[in-house]
Amino acid sequence: MNPAGFSEQVRRAWAIAKKDIRIYYFKGPVLIFGIFMPVFLFLAFLMGSRQLPLAFLVSGLVGMALFFTATAVSPAIFPWEGQAKTLERLASCPIMVEAIILGDMIASMLFGIGITIITVLIGMALGLPLLHAVTLIAGILLAASCFSAIGMLLAVPPTNVPSNIMMLSSLIKFPLVFISGIFIPLEQMPSWGLALAVWSPLTYFTDIVRYSFTGSHYFPVLADIAVLGVFTVVFTAGTMYLHKRTMPKRM
Amino acid sequence: MPDAIEVSNMTKTFGPTVAVDHVSFSVQEGEIFGFLGPNGAGKTTTTRMLTGVIPPDDGTALVLGYDIRRSPVQAKQGFGVVPETSNAYTDLSAWQNLMLMGELYGLARGPATKRASDLLGMLGLLERKDQKVQAFSKGMKQRLILAMALLHEPGLLFLDEPTSGLDVQSTQMILSLLRTLNRSGTTIFLTTHNMEEANRLCHRVGIIRSGTIVAVDAPEKLKSAIDRFHRIEVSFDREIPPDALARLPGVTGADRTGDKWQITVEDRDAAIRSLVTFSREQDATIVTLTTLAPSLDDAFLRLTQEASS
Repeated sequence: MNPAGFSEQVRRAWAIAKKDIRIYYFKGPVLIFGIFMPVFLFLAFLMGSRQLPLAFLVSGLVGMALFFTATAVSPAIFPWEGQAKTLERLASCPIMVEAIILGDMIASMLFGIGITIITVLIGMALGLPLLHAVTLIAGILLAASCFSAIGMLLAVPPTNVPSNIMMLSSLIKFPLVFISGIFIPLEQMPSWGLALAVWSPLTYFTDIVRYSFTGSHYFPVLADIAVLGVFTVVFTAGTMYLHKRTMPKRM
Repeated sequence: MPDAIEVSNMTKTFGPTVAVDHVSFSVQEGEIFGFLGPNGAGKTTTTRMLTGVIPPDDGTALVLGYDIRRSPVQAKQGFGVVPETSNAYTDLSAWQNLMLMGELYGLARGPATKRASDLLGMLGLLERKDQKVQAFSKGMKQRLILAMALLHEPGLLFLDEPTSGLDVQSTQMILSLLRTLNRSGTTIFLTTHNMEEANRLCHRVGIIRSGTIVAVDAPEKLKSAIDRFHRIEVSFDREIPPDALARLPGVTGADRTGDKWQITVEDRDAAIRSLVTFSREQDATIVTLTTLAPSLDDAFLRLTQEASS
Protein backbone atom coordinates (compact mmCIF):
# COMPACT_ATOMS: atom_id res chain seq x y z
CA MET A 1 0.00 0.00 0.00
CA ASN A 2 1.32 3.42 -0.94
CA PRO A 3 -0.35 5.74 1.60
CA ALA A 4 0.33 8.77 -0.61
CA GLY A 5 -1.11 7.09 -3.73
CA PHE A 6 -4.15 8.59 -5.46
CA SER A 7 -6.60 5.74 -4.76
CA GLU A 8 -5.54 5.49 -1.11
CA GLN A 9 -5.99 9.23 -0.62
CA VAL A 10 -9.43 9.11 -2.27
CA ARG A 11 -10.41 6.33 0.18
CA ARG A 12 -9.28 8.49 3.05
CA ALA A 13 -11.17 11.48 1.61
CA TRP A 14 -14.30 9.32 1.69
CA ALA A 15 -13.65 8.66 5.40
CA ILE A 16 -13.55 12.45 5.94
CA ALA A 17 -16.83 12.81 4.00
CA LYS A 18 -18.56 10.17 6.16
CA LYS A 19 -17.29 11.88 9.30
CA ASP A 20 -18.60 15.26 8.08
CA ILE A 21 -22.01 13.82 7.23
CA ARG A 22 -22.30 12.19 10.68
CA ILE A 23 -21.13 15.22 12.62
CA TYR A 24 -22.26 18.26 10.67
CA TYR A 25 -25.00 17.37 8.19
CA PHE A 26 -27.24 14.88 10.02
CA LYS A 27 -28.39 17.55 12.39
CA GLY A 28 -31.95 18.83 12.60
CA PRO A 29 -31.14 22.54 12.32
CA VAL A 30 -28.88 21.98 9.29
CA LEU A 31 -31.45 19.87 7.47
CA ILE A 32 -34.26 22.28 8.30
CA PHE A 33 -32.19 25.31 7.26
CA GLY A 34 -31.22 23.57 4.04
CA ILE A 35 -34.87 23.02 3.07
CA PHE A 36 -36.58 26.06 4.61
CA MET A 37 -34.22 28.77 3.42
CA PRO A 38 -34.78 28.28 -0.33
CA VAL A 39 -38.47 27.38 0.14
CA PHE A 40 -39.16 30.64 2.02
CA LEU A 41 -37.26 32.70 -0.56
CA PHE A 42 -39.26 30.92 -3.27
CA LEU A 43 -42.58 31.59 -1.51
CA ALA A 44 -41.67 35.24 -1.00
CA PHE A 45 -41.08 35.72 -4.70
CA LEU A 46 -44.05 33.56 -5.68
CA MET A 47 -46.35 35.86 -3.72
CA GLY A 48 -44.55 39.07 -4.62
CA SER A 49 -44.05 38.44 -8.37
CA ARG A 50 -47.29 37.04 -9.65
CA GLN A 51 -46.40 37.90 -13.26
CA LEU A 52 -43.49 35.37 -13.27
CA PRO A 53 -44.43 31.87 -14.42
CA LEU A 54 -44.28 29.00 -11.93
CA ALA A 55 -41.76 27.10 -14.09
CA PHE A 56 -39.37 30.06 -13.87
CA LEU A 57 -39.65 30.31 -10.10
CA VAL A 58 -39.31 26.55 -9.52
CA SER A 59 -36.13 26.56 -11.59
CA GLY A 60 -34.87 29.34 -9.33
CA LEU A 61 -35.89 27.33 -6.28
CA VAL A 62 -33.88 24.33 -7.48
CA GLY A 63 -30.88 26.59 -8.21
CA MET A 64 -31.07 28.26 -4.80
CA ALA A 65 -31.55 24.97 -2.98
CA LEU A 66 -28.38 23.50 -4.43
CA PHE A 67 -26.40 26.70 -3.99
CA PHE A 68 -27.42 27.29 -0.36
CA THR A 69 -27.16 23.69 0.77
CA ALA A 70 -23.83 22.95 -0.92
CA THR A 71 -22.35 26.05 0.69
CA ALA A 72 -24.27 25.88 4.00
CA VAL A 73 -21.88 23.99 6.28
CA SER A 74 -18.61 23.56 4.39
CA PRO A 75 -17.26 27.10 5.06
CA ALA A 76 -17.53 26.52 8.82
CA ILE A 77 -16.01 23.03 9.02
CA PHE A 78 -12.38 24.18 9.08
CA PRO A 79 -12.98 26.91 11.70
CA TRP A 80 -14.99 24.48 13.86
CA GLU A 81 -12.34 21.81 13.63
CA GLY A 82 -9.56 24.33 14.19
CA GLN A 83 -11.31 25.48 17.36
CA ALA A 84 -11.92 21.92 18.61
CA LYS A 85 -8.31 20.92 17.74
CA THR A 86 -9.62 18.03 15.65
CA LEU A 87 -7.99 19.67 12.63
CA GLU A 88 -4.65 19.12 14.35
CA ARG A 89 -5.57 15.46 14.68
CA LEU A 90 -6.26 15.30 10.92
CA ALA A 91 -3.05 17.20 10.16
CA SER A 92 -1.02 14.56 12.01
CA CYS A 93 -2.74 11.71 10.12
CA PRO A 94 -1.41 10.36 6.82
CA ILE A 95 -3.86 12.29 4.67
CA MET A 96 -3.02 15.15 2.32
CA VAL A 97 -4.67 18.55 2.68
CA GLU A 98 -6.12 18.03 -0.79
CA ALA A 99 -7.80 14.81 0.37
CA ILE A 100 -9.27 16.55 3.42
CA ILE A 101 -10.70 19.24 1.13
CA LEU A 102 -12.02 16.59 -1.25
CA GLY A 103 -13.70 14.79 1.65
CA ASP A 104 -15.35 18.01 2.85
CA MET A 105 -16.47 18.72 -0.72
CA ILE A 106 -17.96 15.24 -1.18
CA ALA A 107 -20.03 15.61 2.02
CA SER A 108 -21.22 19.02 0.94
CA MET A 109 -22.09 17.74 -2.57
CA LEU A 110 -24.09 14.80 -1.23
CA PHE A 111 -26.02 17.04 1.15
CA GLY A 112 -26.70 19.56 -1.63
CA ILE A 113 -27.80 16.88 -4.09
CA GLY A 114 -30.11 15.25 -1.50
CA ILE A 115 -31.94 18.49 -0.70
CA THR A 116 -32.06 19.53 -4.38
CA ILE A 117 -33.77 16.28 -5.34
CA ILE A 118 -36.53 17.20 -2.88
CA THR A 119 -37.03 20.57 -4.60
CA VAL A 120 -37.09 18.89 -8.02
CA LEU A 121 -39.81 16.57 -6.70
CA ILE A 122 -41.70 19.63 -5.37
CA GLY A 123 -41.56 21.14 -8.87
CA MET A 124 -42.86 17.93 -10.41
CA ALA A 125 -45.57 17.70 -7.76
CA LEU A 126 -46.66 21.23 -8.73
CA GLY A 127 -47.26 19.87 -12.23
CA LEU A 128 -44.06 20.88 -14.04
CA PRO A 129 -42.88 18.35 -16.61
CA LEU A 130 -39.21 17.28 -16.45
CA LEU A 131 -38.28 17.52 -20.14
CA HIS A 132 -34.50 16.88 -19.97
CA ALA A 133 -33.74 14.66 -16.98
CA VAL A 134 -30.22 13.63 -18.09
CA THR A 135 -29.20 17.27 -18.61
CA LEU A 136 -30.62 18.14 -15.20
CA ILE A 137 -28.73 15.28 -13.49
CA ALA A 138 -25.46 16.30 -15.20
CA GLY A 139 -26.08 19.94 -14.24
CA ILE A 140 -26.82 19.06 -10.61
CA LEU A 141 -23.67 16.92 -10.29
CA LEU A 142 -21.46 19.56 -11.87
CA ALA A 143 -23.00 22.47 -9.98
CA ALA A 144 -22.85 20.55 -6.68
CA SER A 145 -19.08 20.14 -7.19
CA CYS A 146 -18.70 23.79 -8.14
CA PHE A 147 -20.75 25.13 -5.20
CA SER A 148 -18.96 22.81 -2.75
CA ALA A 149 -15.66 24.23 -3.96
CA ILE A 150 -17.05 27.74 -3.43
CA GLY A 151 -18.05 26.73 0.11
CA MET A 152 -14.51 25.54 0.81
CA LEU A 153 -13.05 28.69 -0.78
CA LEU A 154 -15.06 30.77 1.69
CA ALA A 155 -13.24 28.92 4.50
CA VAL A 156 -9.77 29.89 3.28
CA PRO A 157 -9.18 32.86 5.65
CA PRO A 158 -7.31 31.16 8.53
CA THR A 159 -9.66 32.05 11.36
CA ASN A 160 -10.99 29.56 13.86
CA VAL A 161 -14.04 31.71 14.64
CA PRO A 162 -16.93 30.19 12.68
CA SER A 163 -19.12 33.31 12.96
CA ASN A 164 -16.51 35.37 11.07
CA ILE A 165 -16.57 32.93 8.19
CA MET A 166 -20.37 32.65 8.20
CA MET A 167 -20.66 36.44 7.98
CA LEU A 168 -18.25 36.55 5.05
CA SER A 169 -20.11 33.64 3.51
CA SER A 170 -23.49 35.43 3.72
CA LEU A 171 -21.97 38.64 2.32
CA ILE A 172 -20.91 36.76 -0.79
CA LYS A 173 -23.73 34.23 -1.20
CA PHE A 174 -26.78 36.47 -1.02
CA PRO A 175 -25.68 39.06 -3.62
CA LEU A 176 -24.74 36.13 -5.89
CA VAL A 177 -28.33 34.83 -5.75
CA PHE A 178 -29.68 38.20 -6.90
CA ILE A 179 -27.39 38.53 -9.92
CA SER A 180 -27.85 34.99 -11.20
CA GLY A 181 -31.17 35.22 -13.03
CA ILE A 182 -33.13 33.49 -10.28
CA PHE A 183 -35.66 36.21 -9.54
CA ILE A 184 -35.11 38.39 -12.60
CA PRO A 185 -34.88 36.52 -15.93
CA LEU A 186 -31.59 37.14 -17.73
CA GLU A 187 -33.57 38.43 -20.73
CA GLN A 188 -34.98 41.25 -18.59
CA MET A 189 -31.71 42.21 -16.94
CA PRO A 190 -30.03 45.52 -17.74
CA SER A 191 -26.68 45.19 -19.51
CA TRP A 192 -24.71 45.88 -16.29
CA GLY A 193 -26.70 43.15 -14.54
CA LEU A 194 -25.95 40.74 -17.33
CA ALA A 195 -22.26 41.69 -17.17
CA LEU A 196 -22.31 40.66 -13.50
CA ALA A 197 -24.43 37.55 -14.08
CA VAL A 198 -21.92 35.92 -16.43
CA TRP A 199 -19.39 35.79 -13.55
CA SER A 200 -21.72 33.78 -11.33
CA PRO A 201 -21.70 29.96 -11.72
CA LEU A 202 -25.24 29.93 -10.34
CA THR A 203 -26.40 31.71 -13.53
CA TYR A 204 -25.39 28.73 -15.68
CA PHE A 205 -26.90 26.15 -13.35
CA THR A 206 -30.20 28.04 -13.22
CA ASP A 207 -30.16 28.21 -17.02
CA ILE A 208 -29.68 24.41 -17.17
CA VAL A 209 -32.55 23.81 -14.71
CA ARG A 210 -34.81 26.15 -16.69
CA TYR A 211 -33.97 24.29 -19.87
CA SER A 212 -34.68 20.96 -18.14
CA PHE A 213 -38.16 22.08 -17.04
CA THR A 214 -39.27 24.41 -19.85
CA GLY A 215 -37.02 23.72 -22.84
CA SER A 216 -36.03 27.40 -23.01
CA HIS A 217 -32.59 28.76 -22.14
CA TYR A 218 -30.53 31.92 -22.38
CA PHE A 219 -27.07 30.45 -23.10
CA PRO A 220 -26.49 27.30 -25.21
CA VAL A 221 -26.78 24.33 -22.82
CA LEU A 222 -23.36 22.99 -23.80
CA ALA A 223 -21.89 26.40 -22.99
CA ASP A 224 -23.63 26.32 -19.57
CA ILE A 225 -22.07 22.94 -18.85
CA ALA A 226 -18.64 23.94 -20.14
CA VAL A 227 -18.54 27.16 -18.11
CA LEU A 228 -19.71 25.33 -14.98
CA GLY A 229 -16.95 22.78 -15.60
CA VAL A 230 -14.33 25.49 -15.89
CA PHE A 231 -15.58 27.18 -12.69
CA THR A 232 -15.47 23.81 -10.89
CA VAL A 233 -11.88 23.09 -11.92
CA VAL A 234 -10.67 26.60 -11.12
CA PHE A 235 -12.43 26.78 -7.72
CA THR A 236 -11.38 23.26 -6.71
CA ALA A 237 -7.74 23.80 -7.66
CA GLY A 238 -7.83 27.25 -6.02
CA THR A 239 -9.31 26.05 -2.75
CA MET A 240 -6.85 23.15 -2.50
CA TYR A 241 -3.88 25.40 -3.19
CA LEU A 242 -4.99 28.12 -0.77
CA HIS A 243 -5.93 25.76 2.06
CA LYS A 244 -2.57 24.07 1.80
CA ARG A 245 -0.97 27.46 2.39
CA THR A 246 -3.26 28.63 5.19
CA MET A 247 -3.82 25.40 7.12
CA PRO A 248 -0.66 25.63 9.29
CA LYS A 249 -1.82 29.10 10.39
CA ARG A 250 -4.91 27.53 12.01
CA MET A 251 -2.85 25.29 14.29
CA MET B 1 20.90 1.32 16.36
CA PRO B 2 19.28 3.43 13.59
CA ASP B 3 17.60 6.71 14.41
CA ALA B 4 13.83 6.91 14.55
CA ILE B 5 14.04 10.70 14.58
CA GLU B 6 16.89 12.80 13.29
CA VAL B 7 16.55 16.55 13.66
CA SER B 8 19.04 18.92 12.14
CA ASN B 9 19.00 22.70 12.62
CA MET B 10 15.22 22.81 12.81
CA THR B 11 13.94 26.36 13.22
CA LYS B 12 10.52 27.98 13.59
CA THR B 13 9.68 31.63 13.98
CA PHE B 14 6.34 33.26 14.70
CA GLY B 15 6.65 36.90 13.64
CA PRO B 16 9.63 38.34 15.54
CA THR B 17 9.72 35.42 18.02
CA VAL B 18 12.12 32.55 17.39
CA ALA B 19 10.20 29.65 18.95
CA VAL B 20 12.70 26.95 17.99
CA ASP B 21 16.24 27.99 17.16
CA HIS B 22 18.39 25.60 15.06
CA VAL B 23 17.59 22.57 17.18
CA SER B 24 19.46 19.31 16.46
CA PHE B 25 19.08 15.94 18.19
CA SER B 26 18.28 12.35 17.42
CA VAL B 27 16.14 9.63 18.96
CA GLN B 28 17.19 6.02 18.54
CA GLU B 29 14.82 3.24 17.61
CA GLY B 30 13.40 1.48 20.66
CA GLU B 31 14.21 4.38 22.96
CA ILE B 32 11.96 6.36 25.30
CA PHE B 33 13.11 9.94 24.78
CA GLY B 34 11.86 12.60 27.18
CA PHE B 35 11.60 16.14 25.87
CA LEU B 36 11.66 18.56 28.78
CA GLY B 37 11.55 22.31 29.11
CA PRO B 38 9.81 25.16 30.91
CA ASN B 39 6.56 26.63 29.58
CA GLY B 40 7.11 28.41 26.27
CA ALA B 41 10.50 26.77 25.71
CA GLY B 42 9.48 25.35 22.31
CA LYS B 43 8.54 21.77 23.24
CA THR B 44 5.11 21.73 21.61
CA THR B 45 6.31 23.66 18.55
CA THR B 46 9.08 21.10 18.06
CA THR B 47 6.63 18.22 18.45
CA ARG B 48 4.21 19.83 16.01
CA MET B 49 6.96 20.19 13.43
CA LEU B 50 8.05 16.59 13.94
CA THR B 51 4.49 15.35 13.50
CA GLY B 52 3.95 17.41 10.35
CA VAL B 53 1.29 19.68 11.82
CA ILE B 54 3.28 22.83 11.08
CA PRO B 55 6.23 23.15 8.69
CA PRO B 56 9.66 24.18 9.96
CA ASP B 57 11.06 27.41 8.51
CA ASP B 58 14.52 25.93 8.25
CA GLY B 59 16.38 22.70 8.88
CA THR B 60 15.32 19.11 8.37
CA ALA B 61 13.61 16.39 10.35
CA LEU B 62 13.80 12.76 9.30
CA VAL B 63 11.08 10.74 10.98
CA LEU B 64 11.32 6.97 10.48
CA GLY B 65 13.63 7.70 7.58
CA TYR B 66 11.25 10.09 5.78
CA ASP B 67 11.71 13.83 5.48
CA ILE B 68 8.63 15.22 7.23
CA ARG B 69 8.41 18.10 4.72
CA ARG B 70 8.96 16.13 1.53
CA SER B 71 7.23 12.85 2.37
CA PRO B 72 4.81 13.74 5.16
CA VAL B 73 2.22 11.06 4.37
CA GLN B 74 4.77 8.20 4.43
CA ALA B 75 6.26 9.50 7.70
CA LYS B 76 2.84 9.96 9.34
CA GLN B 77 1.78 6.47 8.32
CA GLY B 78 4.42 5.09 10.69
CA PHE B 79 3.77 7.09 13.85
CA GLY B 80 0.94 7.90 16.25
CA VAL B 81 0.30 11.14 18.11
CA VAL B 82 -1.18 11.79 21.55
CA PRO B 83 -1.55 15.56 21.99
CA GLU B 84 -1.89 17.31 25.33
CA THR B 85 -5.53 18.24 24.80
CA SER B 86 -7.89 15.53 23.72
CA ASN B 87 -8.84 15.99 20.08
CA ALA B 88 -11.23 13.14 19.53
CA TYR B 89 -14.51 14.08 17.81
CA THR B 90 -16.87 14.63 20.73
CA ASP B 91 -19.97 14.18 18.54
CA LEU B 92 -18.83 10.69 17.61
CA SER B 93 -18.69 7.63 19.85
CA ALA B 94 -15.38 6.13 20.95
CA TRP B 95 -15.91 3.34 18.45
CA GLN B 96 -16.67 5.74 15.57
CA ASN B 97 -13.53 7.75 16.40
CA LEU B 98 -11.45 4.58 16.25
CA MET B 99 -13.02 3.45 12.99
CA LEU B 100 -12.35 6.89 11.49
CA MET B 101 -8.69 6.54 12.47
CA GLY B 102 -8.65 3.06 10.94
CA GLU B 103 -9.87 4.48 7.64
CA LEU B 104 -7.47 7.44 7.75
CA TYR B 105 -4.56 5.02 8.23
CA GLY B 106 -5.83 2.74 5.46
CA LEU B 107 -6.53 -0.26 7.71
CA ALA B 108 -8.81 -3.03 6.52
CA ARG B 109 -12.12 -3.19 8.38
CA GLY B 110 -11.55 -6.62 9.99
CA PRO B 111 -8.13 -5.97 11.58
CA ALA B 112 -9.19 -2.45 12.58
CA THR B 113 -12.26 -3.81 14.40
CA LYS B 114 -10.22 -6.46 16.23
CA ARG B 115 -7.48 -4.03 17.21
CA ALA B 116 -10.02 -1.38 18.33
CA SER B 117 -11.78 -3.91 20.60
CA ASP B 118 -8.47 -5.05 22.07
CA LEU B 119 -7.30 -1.49 22.75
CA LEU B 120 -10.61 -0.38 24.27
CA GLY B 121 -10.55 -3.47 26.50
CA MET B 122 -6.94 -2.84 27.53
CA LEU B 123 -7.71 0.79 28.36
CA GLY B 124 -10.95 0.07 30.21
CA LEU B 125 -13.27 1.71 27.68
CA LEU B 126 -14.92 -1.27 25.99
CA GLU B 127 -18.20 -0.92 27.88
CA ARG B 128 -18.45 2.76 26.90
CA LYS B 129 -17.49 2.28 23.26
CA ASP B 130 -20.85 3.34 21.83
CA GLN B 131 -21.15 6.42 24.02
CA LYS B 132 -20.43 9.84 22.55
CA VAL B 133 -17.03 11.17 23.62
CA GLN B 134 -18.59 14.40 24.95
CA ALA B 135 -19.80 12.39 27.97
CA PHE B 136 -16.30 11.09 28.75
CA SER B 137 -14.14 12.31 31.65
CA LYS B 138 -10.72 13.82 30.92
CA GLY B 139 -8.98 10.56 31.80
CA MET B 140 -11.28 8.56 29.53
CA LYS B 141 -10.74 11.00 26.66
CA GLN B 142 -6.98 10.74 27.08
CA ARG B 143 -7.15 6.94 27.10
CA LEU B 144 -9.27 7.05 23.95
CA ILE B 145 -6.73 9.35 22.28
CA LEU B 146 -4.02 6.85 23.15
CA ALA B 147 -6.11 4.05 21.64
CA MET B 148 -6.61 6.17 18.49
CA ALA B 149 -2.86 6.75 18.25
CA LEU B 150 -2.10 3.03 18.66
CA LEU B 151 -4.73 1.59 16.33
CA HIS B 152 -2.35 1.22 13.38
CA GLU B 153 0.39 -0.27 15.59
CA PRO B 154 2.90 2.55 15.03
CA GLY B 155 6.63 2.04 15.45
CA LEU B 156 6.94 5.53 16.91
CA LEU B 157 4.64 7.30 19.34
CA PHE B 158 4.64 11.03 20.09
CA LEU B 159 3.06 12.01 23.40
CA ASP B 160 2.63 15.59 24.59
CA GLU B 161 1.98 15.72 28.35
CA PRO B 162 -0.06 12.51 28.22
CA THR B 163 -0.78 12.36 31.95
CA SER B 164 -1.23 16.06 32.64
CA GLY B 165 -4.17 16.60 34.99
CA LEU B 166 -5.17 12.94 35.06
CA ASP B 167 -6.22 10.88 38.06
CA VAL B 168 -3.79 8.33 39.50
CA GLN B 169 -5.60 5.38 37.94
CA SER B 170 -5.49 6.79 34.39
CA THR B 171 -1.88 7.95 34.86
CA GLN B 172 -0.72 4.51 35.99
CA MET B 173 -2.66 2.80 33.20
CA ILE B 174 -1.05 5.02 30.56
CA LEU B 175 2.49 4.76 31.97
CA SER B 176 2.21 1.01 32.28
CA LEU B 177 1.02 0.74 28.69
CA LEU B 178 3.91 2.93 27.51
CA ARG B 179 6.42 0.62 29.22
CA THR B 180 4.79 -2.43 27.64
CA LEU B 181 4.81 -0.78 24.21
CA ASN B 182 8.47 0.15 24.57
CA ARG B 183 9.39 -3.38 25.61
CA SER B 184 7.78 -4.61 22.40
CA GLY B 185 9.93 -2.20 20.36
CA THR B 186 7.91 1.03 20.07
CA THR B 187 10.00 4.19 20.13
CA ILE B 188 8.46 6.84 22.36
CA PHE B 189 8.96 10.60 22.18
CA LEU B 190 7.52 11.99 25.39
CA THR B 191 7.07 15.69 26.09
CA THR B 192 6.50 16.27 29.78
CA HIS B 193 6.79 18.66 32.69
CA ASN B 194 6.79 15.79 35.12
CA MET B 195 10.43 15.14 36.09
CA GLU B 196 9.58 12.07 38.13
CA GLU B 197 7.75 10.59 35.14
CA ALA B 198 10.70 11.35 32.85
CA ASN B 199 13.17 10.02 35.40
CA ARG B 200 11.35 6.69 35.78
CA LEU B 201 10.41 6.22 32.14
CA CYS B 202 13.02 7.72 29.81
CA HIS B 203 16.27 6.26 28.56
CA ARG B 204 17.44 9.72 27.56
CA VAL B 205 16.07 13.21 27.94
CA GLY B 206 16.56 16.38 25.93
CA ILE B 207 16.15 19.71 27.69
CA ILE B 208 15.06 22.73 25.67
CA ARG B 209 15.20 26.28 26.90
CA SER B 210 14.15 29.38 24.90
CA GLY B 211 14.07 27.34 21.70
CA THR B 212 17.56 25.91 22.15
CA ILE B 213 18.62 22.45 23.27
CA VAL B 214 20.73 22.80 26.42
CA ALA B 215 21.36 19.10 27.19
CA VAL B 216 20.66 15.65 25.82
CA ASP B 217 21.69 12.67 27.95
CA ALA B 218 20.52 9.84 30.19
CA PRO B 219 18.72 11.15 33.32
CA GLU B 220 21.32 9.66 35.69
CA LYS B 221 24.19 11.19 33.73
CA LEU B 222 22.50 14.57 33.70
CA LYS B 223 21.96 14.39 37.44
CA SER B 224 25.54 13.45 38.21
CA ALA B 225 26.97 15.93 35.73
CA ILE B 226 25.40 18.95 37.35
CA ASP B 227 27.17 18.64 40.69
CA ARG B 228 30.57 17.24 41.66
CA PHE B 229 29.53 17.39 45.33
CA HIS B 230 27.17 14.78 46.78
CA ARG B 231 25.14 14.83 49.92
CA ILE B 232 24.81 12.13 52.58
CA GLU B 233 22.26 12.20 55.37
CA VAL B 234 23.26 10.27 58.48
CA SER B 235 21.92 9.87 62.02
CA PHE B 236 23.41 8.19 65.11
CA ASP B 237 21.87 6.74 68.26
CA ARG B 238 23.77 9.19 70.46
CA GLU B 239 25.14 12.71 70.40
CA ILE B 240 28.49 13.13 68.66
CA PRO B 241 30.96 16.06 68.83
CA PRO B 242 29.79 18.85 66.50
CA ASP B 243 33.06 19.31 64.59
CA ALA B 244 34.06 15.64 64.38
CA LEU B 245 32.14 14.86 61.18
CA ALA B 246 33.49 17.86 59.27
CA ARG B 247 37.07 16.69 59.95
CA LEU B 248 36.55 13.22 58.45
CA PRO B 249 38.45 12.40 55.22
CA GLY B 250 36.45 13.17 52.08
CA VAL B 251 33.90 15.32 53.94
CA THR B 252 33.77 18.98 52.94
CA GLY B 253 30.99 20.13 55.24
CA ALA B 254 28.47 18.94 57.83
CA ASP B 255 25.24 20.60 58.94
CA ARG B 256 22.85 19.42 61.61
CA THR B 257 19.16 19.25 60.64
CA GLY B 258 17.00 17.96 63.49
CA ASP B 259 18.34 14.62 64.66
CA LYS B 260 20.28 14.09 61.41
CA TRP B 261 23.48 15.36 59.83
CA GLN B 262 23.65 16.47 56.22
CA ILE B 263 27.20 15.95 54.98
CA THR B 264 28.64 17.32 51.75
CA VAL B 265 31.21 15.02 50.20
CA GLU B 266 33.32 14.81 47.06
CA ASP B 267 33.82 11.04 47.13
CA ARG B 268 30.78 9.16 48.37
CA ASP B 269 32.55 5.84 48.82
CA ALA B 270 35.42 7.29 50.87
CA ALA B 271 33.04 9.31 52.99
CA ILE B 272 30.81 6.33 53.82
CA ARG B 273 33.87 4.26 54.81
CA SER B 274 35.03 7.14 57.07
CA LEU B 275 31.58 7.36 58.65
CA VAL B 276 31.56 3.64 59.47
CA THR B 277 35.02 3.85 61.05
CA PHE B 278 33.99 7.00 62.91
CA SER B 279 30.87 5.33 64.35
CA ARG B 280 32.97 2.40 65.64
CA GLU B 281 35.50 4.78 67.24
CA GLN B 282 32.74 6.80 68.89
CA ASP B 283 30.89 3.62 69.89
CA ALA B 284 27.83 5.05 68.17
CA THR B 285 25.38 3.11 66.06
CA ILE B 286 24.38 4.43 62.63
CA VAL B 287 20.56 4.63 62.68
CA THR B 288 20.05 5.86 59.11
CA LEU B 289 22.40 6.60 56.21
CA THR B 290 21.00 7.97 52.94
CA THR B 291 22.88 9.20 49.88
CA LEU B 292 21.07 12.20 48.43
CA ALA B 293 21.76 12.32 44.72
CA PRO B 294 20.72 15.43 42.77
CA SER B 295 17.22 14.87 41.36
CA LEU B 296 16.28 15.38 37.71
CA ASP B 297 14.44 18.46 39.00
CA ASP B 298 17.78 19.82 40.26
CA ALA B 299 19.43 19.03 36.93
CA PHE B 300 16.57 20.60 34.99
CA LEU B 301 16.56 23.76 37.09
CA ARG B 302 20.33 24.08 36.96
CA LEU B 303 20.53 23.56 33.21
CA THR B 304 17.65 25.84 32.33
CA GLN B 305 18.87 28.57 34.70
CA GLU B 306 22.42 28.36 33.34
CA ALA B 307 21.10 28.70 29.81
CA SER B 308 19.08 31.79 30.64
CA SER B 309 21.83 33.55 32.60
